[in-house]
Amino acid sequence: MQKNSLHFQRKFLAIPYMIFMVLFVVVPLLLIIAYAATDQSGMPSVENLMSFFRDSNNINTLIISLFIGLGNTVLCLLAGYPVAYFLAKKDLGFTMATVLLFVMPMWINFVLRTAATRDLLFWLGLNGGDHPYLTTMIGMVYNYLPFTILPLYTTMIKMDQSQIEASCDLGATPPQTFVKIILPMTMPGIVSAATMVFMPTMSSYVISDVMGERKISLIGNSIQLYFDQGLWHMGSLVALIMLIMIVIGSFATRNIKTEDDARGGLW
Amino acid sequence: MRTSKIGNFLRKFYVYIVLFIMYAPILVLIAFSFTDAKLIGNWNGFSLRLYLSLFRNREIVTAAVNTFVVAFSSAAVSTVLGTLGAIGIFYSGKRSKAVMEGIGQIPIMNAEIVTALSLTILFVFCGVKFNFLTLLVGHVVLTIPFVVLSVRPKLMQMDPNIYEAALDLGATPNKALMRVIMPEVVPGIVSGFILSVTLSLDDYIITAFTRDTSYQTLSTYVYGVTSKKGTLPPSLRALTTVITLLALIVLLAANRRSKLGPKKNKH
Repeated sequence: MQKNSLHFQRKFLAIPYMIFMVLFVVVPLLLIIAYAATDQSGMPSVENLMSFFRDSNNINTLIISLFIGLGNTVLCLLAGYPVAYFLAKKDLGFTMATVLLFVMPMWINFVLRTAATRDLLFWLGLNGGDHPYLTTMIGMVYNYLPFTILPLYTTMIKMDQSQIEASCDLGATPPQTFVKIILPMTMPGIVSAATMVFMPTMSSYVISDVMGERKISLIGNSIQLYFDQGLWHMGSLVALIMLIMIVIGSFATRNIKTEDDARGGLW
Repeated sequence: MRTSKIGNFLRKFYVYIVLFIMYAPILVLIAFSFTDAKLIGNWNGFSLRLYLSLFRNREIVTAAVNTFVVAFSSAAVSTVLGTLGAIGIFYSGKRSKAVMEGIGQIPIMNAEIVTALSLTILFVFCGVKFNFLTLLVGHVVLTIPFVVLSVRPKLMQMDPNIYEAALDLGATPNKALMRVIMPEVVPGIVSGFILSVTLSLDDYIITAFTRDTSYQTLSTYVYGVTSKKGTLPPSLRALTTVITLLALIVLLAANRRSKLGPKKNKH
């Protein structure tokens, strides 16, 4: 291969991509950090941080977001795990079309889907104004269930069935087989599903706005509010808090191989 | 594992009941799109009036057109930049490869609202007015990592010697790239493009942050009218039917594609 640096090398093809990524991914993140650590006049300051944590509303927002995020992740996994497992089980005879039906909601506009859910609940007598937490949770599960099922399913079809059979043949009870064999084998899918659900739940303000009649404020809502008021420094601080949580989360799960292209898996 | 007939029936039943619950809101909206009552739950007799008013509604039609314009143009940009990027990264040295792959992961791991806010701050910081280009950049950031992720496996499956062989046989690097590498990665490019369109069509948050406020997509339009009126305006029920039909067509195409094998078929 030619090593002459002026000659065409295939790695040069990445240059436009890298310029784009640095300009529109890396630099904006650095700006978030810079804005979070400065005040309106551009001087370094911890005032954003102090005023954020002095306001008990913000603390509440953080705690509520964490709970709704966790609750949604658990509910989606509980509801979605069996679905994915049964879909991947060959002897049940589900076709690809059924699998795709679980993904299809992703192709129907997300705001429209959420509003549809709210209208149906309203018709059934469940009103977001009276039960904002309940309706928000329902809306969250509705929206994130496909994102849970897909990575679980892609892990499960790759599962080594002979290990499961061996475990049964060697006398393990079904719960034992599940805990010792199936659960560890599907861990990558569980982690991918959880990461696809947890952070987006906390940061999506649309579902809590539409389903909870604006009675619930998640972290996403507070960023959106600062954005509306043009308070870039405060908004950046909240975004930075989220970023730190994301970094912690990905460190905690770094040893588990995840299905990082699960969203593209079907194509 | 031995499974009884009743057990299998229950498993299938669970999958279908989850599917039914997931689709209930959409099915109800579709059913009530054929009557012209103000609220769902009231049946005023069969009518196609909502469909007429849908197609006569300038705002909705414009928003729909805009949605597709953004989706296809951003997917095109992402596909070109991302494919070249994936090839370039693949042939880079170990260290720069790790750095570039790490940067590519950021928009996937990051919460969408943080990405949206960081871009907004970049544009505000540089004094750029929000227009179609800022929106386009936002959608490219959203979708480009998925193009890279779709193309990469195809490069890894490729026989590394064929490019060298082409050069040895007298092809210019350019020609070898277009004639030898490109055809191998086409399936990955196609899935990257489709995935980009899908993600872009469904996006609300990045759109809301990076658009010129007069530019409506379906997401921002639906969000605007539902948060003003409290329920979906009747003509949006007809819109739900249309979108669901489109999604069904995509599903059928995807189903055929998965049956024919990923290589032969394209959309």
